[in-house]
Amino acid sequence: MSEDKHTGRGVAWRVALRDAMSAKERTAIPRVVMPQLDPAIRVTNNEEVNQGLTPEQAVLEATRCLDCPTPTCMEGCPVSISIPDFIKNIQRGDVVEAAAVLKRTSALPAVCGRVCPQEKQCESKCIYVKMKKEPVAIGYLERFAADTVRLMSDAPRPARPTSNSLRVAVVGSGPSGLSFAGEMAQRGFEVDVFEALHEIGGVLKYGIPEFRLPNSVVEAELDSLRDMGVRFHCDTVIGKTLSYSDLLEKGFRGLFVGSGAGLPRFMDIPGEDLSGVMSSNEYLTRINLMCAGRPGSDTPVLRGRRVAVIGGGNTAMDSVRTARRMGAERAMIIYRRSEAEMPARVEEVHHAKEEGVEFLTLCNPVEYIGDERGRVCAVKVQRMELGEPDASGRRKPVAIPDAIDIIDVDQVIVSVGVSPNPLVPSSIEGLEVTSKGTLVVDDSLQTSLPAIFAGGDIVRGGATVILAMGDGRRAAAAMAERLIADA
Amino acid sequence: MNVIVEKSRFSENVVRLVVEAPDVARARKPGHFVIVRCGEGGERIPLTISDADETRGTITLVVQAVGVSTRKICALEAGDTLTDLVGPLGRATDIVKHDGTVVCCGGGVGIAPLLPIVKGMKEAGNRVVSVLAARNKDLIILEDEVRRYSDEVVIMTDDGSAGTKGLVTAGVEDVIKREKVSEVVAIGPAVMMKFVALLTKKYEIPTICSLNTIMVDGTGMCGACRVSVGGKMRFVCVDGPEFDAHQVDFDNMIMRMKAYDSHE
Repeated sequence: MSEDKHTGRGVAWRVALRDAMSAKERTAIPRVVMPQLDPAIRVTNNEEVNQGLTPEQAVLEATRCLDCPTPTCMEGCPVSISIPDFIKNIQRGDVVEAAAVLKRTSALPAVCGRVCPQEKQCESKCIYVKMKKEPVAIGYLERFAADTVRLMSDAPRPARPTSNSLRVAVVGSGPSGLSFAGEMAQRGFEVDVFEALHEIGGVLKYGIPEFRLPNSVVEAELDSLRDMGVRFHCDTVIGKTLSYSDLLEKGFRGLFVGSGAGLPRFMDIPGEDLSGVMSSNEYLTRINLMCAGRPGSDTPVLRGRRVAVIGGGNTAMDSVRTARRMGAERAMIIYRRSEAEMPARVEEVHHAKEEGVEFLTLCNPVEYIGDERGRVCAVKVQRMELGEPDASGRRKPVAIPDAIDIIDVDQVIVSVGVSPNPLVPSSIEGLEVTSKGTLVVDDSLQTSLPAIFAGGDIVRGGATVILAMGDGRRAAAAMAERLIADA
Repeated sequence: MNVIVEKSRFSENVVRLVVEAPDVARARKPGHFVIVRCGEGGERIPLTISDADETRGTITLVVQAVGVSTRKICALEAGDTLTDLVGPLGRATDIVKHDGTVVCCGGGVGIAPLLPIVKGMKEAGNRVVSVLAARNKDLIILEDEVRRYSDEVVIMTDDGSAGTKGLVTAGVEDVIKREKVSEVVAIGPAVMMKFVALLTKKYEIPTICSLNTIMVDGTGMCGACRVSVGGKMRFVCVDGPEFDAHQVDFDNMIMRMKAYDSHE
């Protein structure tokens, strides 16, 4: 990789920073602890749990980074952020430059700094881990740089790149679509993003709760894309409101499909159709997108007193923690494996426990029981134990004979995954689809139709924000190359 | 966008809105619906498209005030704007030429989404007998429009104030008894569709119903609209809204539609 002449590892200020302190001194500094809102207070409101680092904390944490000649952390980043470049800019006090480094490869640094599973990505590859020490808090620092610049009144706005007059369309305004839009706009393409819902942001708006990712943070990232010339259109379903041929007629040369996950999965057990049993998508959409439960919102939401959330992923944690905030006295995670196998981020599990969420692990729901009005009033669970590893490499849960419990509940939120959204695949003729309903793509994320690329959950079935963003970035590079060659 | 260009009232609680929505007007087919939102804190409400004028770029919606949001929509006047309108959503009606008669039966505001199907079935060359039913004369809507595209119209009212006194099923059964019926399309309250389905099942006549369940996003994401069809879970917003009426578990659907009654 070619080195940046202002912030690259070889520039004088950076050499000086490295020489100023020995590695031994740096590694002796303990990892920063993220300031958090008190659990007792936060279950009463929707405020963000992680409060962000202070400038002093950020500079000290940035000092821990050894500025490795071959930064392995970058290998763990799906969008290849120049991690030491931005961290060392924080250390020297140039947060504006740090944020500029982030923006070069990530359209949404303030989002990623909050919701990326850094412990499985960049931070897992940090040299500190090899030294059996806690890794540099790359995620916290990313958030610090993005937030600081966002809140500066005189922060430089992104410049609008010179247009190459080539129009591209994006289906869906979630992480993959936004990342794609940013990348293409930077390259001079005219980008229009079409969103089916009435708000831009996809899962960042309807899915991830305010206490983990405030909407104002998402809005600020959208504003910088607008500054770069990206146009957003709500209430437009590609394949329905406008067909693919309508887009071609309007002069669009390429299309990126990032329409995301769709249909919630259920477990097909008795009683799943009772009222009070719903998907996490429905529950979170009502509360996050439709603001149910807040003054001025017409959308109703059930406020269960005893809420069972089925599943062990991040969406399950978001749902159960939301239930606590909606007033649930008992908010439970019911998960068929043990805590060690949970796909949720460790931090989310930890936060949920602090907030009084109960974890009923090695429990598998087998039936929901309803009252005379057809409302759920109890869940029958089968106790499990761990057997041999299964195809996923995790130990397979096996039922313990006759170990059945009945737990009183008045609301059940099923959070066991989603299938790809069928709207786009079913309305564009010629798009090849897998048996799972995801779009077939090649290595460059091109679909069976040469002008259409795709990424995120519509390709992966279910993944993280950052993997979706990585797809958007990769697809943009490939599509841009193709369109410029054709032009 | 989404400007209401015309408003009229069918009855105290039922209004007809003609809304500017050129892309939807161009793309929609019989059976499609839209999601509308009224006000910044508004709910997303599914409404089936009753008619469209591609040249004017408008669609027609018929709305019955039943809850907070539908009351707000019904209170809008010509010149007002719907905050959001998205569509056309759902799968279009399968319109084919049948050998025998097509019976289109609509109950109450269900007559509105039935109208484009009546029109489509007629234009496809079918003999169409429409059975319109409501509690009383005032609640029979769009009779003239339905008549224009039907070979015959049968009116049924609970109180006999128009047409024949009796339930929709009696009207449908009369037609079945006197001529060969190839398909029945039923749109109306869930309980009405349930009884039409029970009747036509007896005569083994293929029957289509259009479901109007609770939805949140309406684009295949939330699963609030799930129904049991032939023992399988289906989503009204993307798999429907039309289904084989003989396969739909109406009792379960009716129970689920009451989930938020206490919130209204």
